[in-house]
Amino acid sequence: MSVAADAKNVVERPPPRARGWPRSRIVGYVLIGVWVAAGGGIVAYLAFAWNSELFAKYGPSYLQGLGVTLSLVGISIVLGAILSLPVAYARMSKNRVLSGLAYCYVYFFRGTPLLVQTFLVYYGVGSFKPQLEMVGLWGFFREAFNCGVFAFALNTAAYQAEILRGAIESVPRGQWEGAASLGLHKLQTLWKIILPQALVVALRPYGNELILMIKASAIVAIITVYDLMGMAKLTYARTFDIQAYIWVAVVYLVIVEVLRHAIEWIERRITIHLKR
Amino acid sequence: MQQSVWTLLSWGPDGWLDDIASGAAVTVLLALATLPIGLTIGFFVALGKQSEEPSLRIAANIYTTIFRGLPELVTLFLFFFGGPLILQYLIRLVRPEATIDVNAFVAGMIVLAIIFSAYASEVFLSAFRAIPKGQYEGGYAVGLSYGQTMRKVILPQLVRIAFPGLENCWLSLLKDTSLVSVVGLAETLRQAGVAARVTKHTFLFFSVAAAVFLILAVISSFATGAIQRSLAQRDARR
Repeated sequence: MSVAADAKNVVERPPPRARGWPRSRIVGYVLIGVWVAAGGGIVAYLAFAWNSELFAKYGPSYLQGLGVTLSLVGISIVLGAILSLPVAYARMSKNRVLSGLAYCYVYFFRGTPLLVQTFLVYYGVGSFKPQLEMVGLWGFFREAFNCGVFAFALNTAAYQAEILRGAIESVPRGQWEGAASLGLHKLQTLWKIILPQALVVALRPYGNELILMIKASAIVAIITVYDLMGMAKLTYARTFDIQAYIWVAVVYLVIVEVLRHAIEWIERRITIHLKR
Repeated sequence: MQQSVWTLLSWGPDGWLDDIASGAAVTVLLALATLPIGLTIGFFVALGKQSEEPSLRIAANIYTTIFRGLPELVTLFLFFFGGPLILQYLIRLVRPEATIDVNAFVAGMIVLAIIFSAYASEVFLSAFRAIPKGQYEGGYAVGLSYGQTMRKVILPQLVRIAFPGLENCWLSLLKDTSLVSVVGLAETLRQAGVAARVTKHTFLFFSVAAAVFLILAVISSFATGAIQRSLAQRDARR
């Protein structure tokens, strides 16, 4: 009796925390000290260099830039999602030509920098001015914002197609066979059985792609779009005040952190049934 | 006046291929110079993240949160424009009339190493977690010190597990080098941009830049494939 009770009481406890000042603790405190000093330095600098006139002048333009950034990312993510459907379909098809083409598309957009793709669209379309004027698309490509959306949508479509393909292929084959034996046809199977399971897997990569797009959207500032980063560049060019970039860094960091935590929260919610 | 495409793409004074090739060399050099620094920082940040000491964990987590959360371009501009201000302030305490000039290559290298290490630390961290505790205990049991266990027992396994993740980090590092063109480094994209502006063949030259990056990606996939095979062989021989 007592033996069994003793055996029950033996639990593996974590080792006691080290006392005193082991080397790792000294290093840790020093590093935290460095972070506190850096953070305090930046806050002190911002407080010291606070200029309400400057803030009143450029604050609204930052908000406007934030709007441009969010709409750019929103539009290109949605367009990319639509475009990724045929690409993912082609990538998974048994037709060698079709899947080869989709593979090349994905390889190109994942293998080259987004900045190069954006330049290719923004500066490159100039080479096709007569042809574009003929089909009446020149007006569209003359706007830097549209060029940005075009390049970003093509780019994110390649990444999203891979996410979608990975998620669909992560669902075991037996699910397809089970559905077929129940007499569901392919589209029904995809819609009612495969996608609900695949999207749980795909949520995190989709979230990461959204965050990556928000971060990558800063590069449209180089092709003269006045997004958040573009406004910071403009402010810096006019005032030579490094605050311009510090504030924009803070805004980006807040957006990314909020999104990251929101995605983690959603993931916890939708995987509740998978927890034991 | 109108030159043919082949003249434009030839090697020599009429063509632009030599300029773009020198840009490609700068791209490769920058990425290769960044890699060891980034790997080292990333390894130590991962070590801090899985440490039992809470203060070390917090410090390491702040690092990755900041540098994975900031857009690469913002980090680059902050360091490129803000770094000299701080350096100048510090140096003027000693020598009042000194001025600072930042080399775009060095600035790019620092920023890319920081970004690379933030991502690589996550890869290293998950590789650390994949190694069972018994490996450390076995190392201590045969009388190895902490450093020896790390070097002789853990690191060889860590490299093998982390390799695929590090390959992805390398590919994004290679692509991120194009951002340094914005602060004036004469790498592939900038050279292609100069050629495009001079000749007005914009689509052609930016396509060439894209092709250079594609070729670099293909070459590195061959190289990483070979490394992975040799790692797997070593694994099988044990």
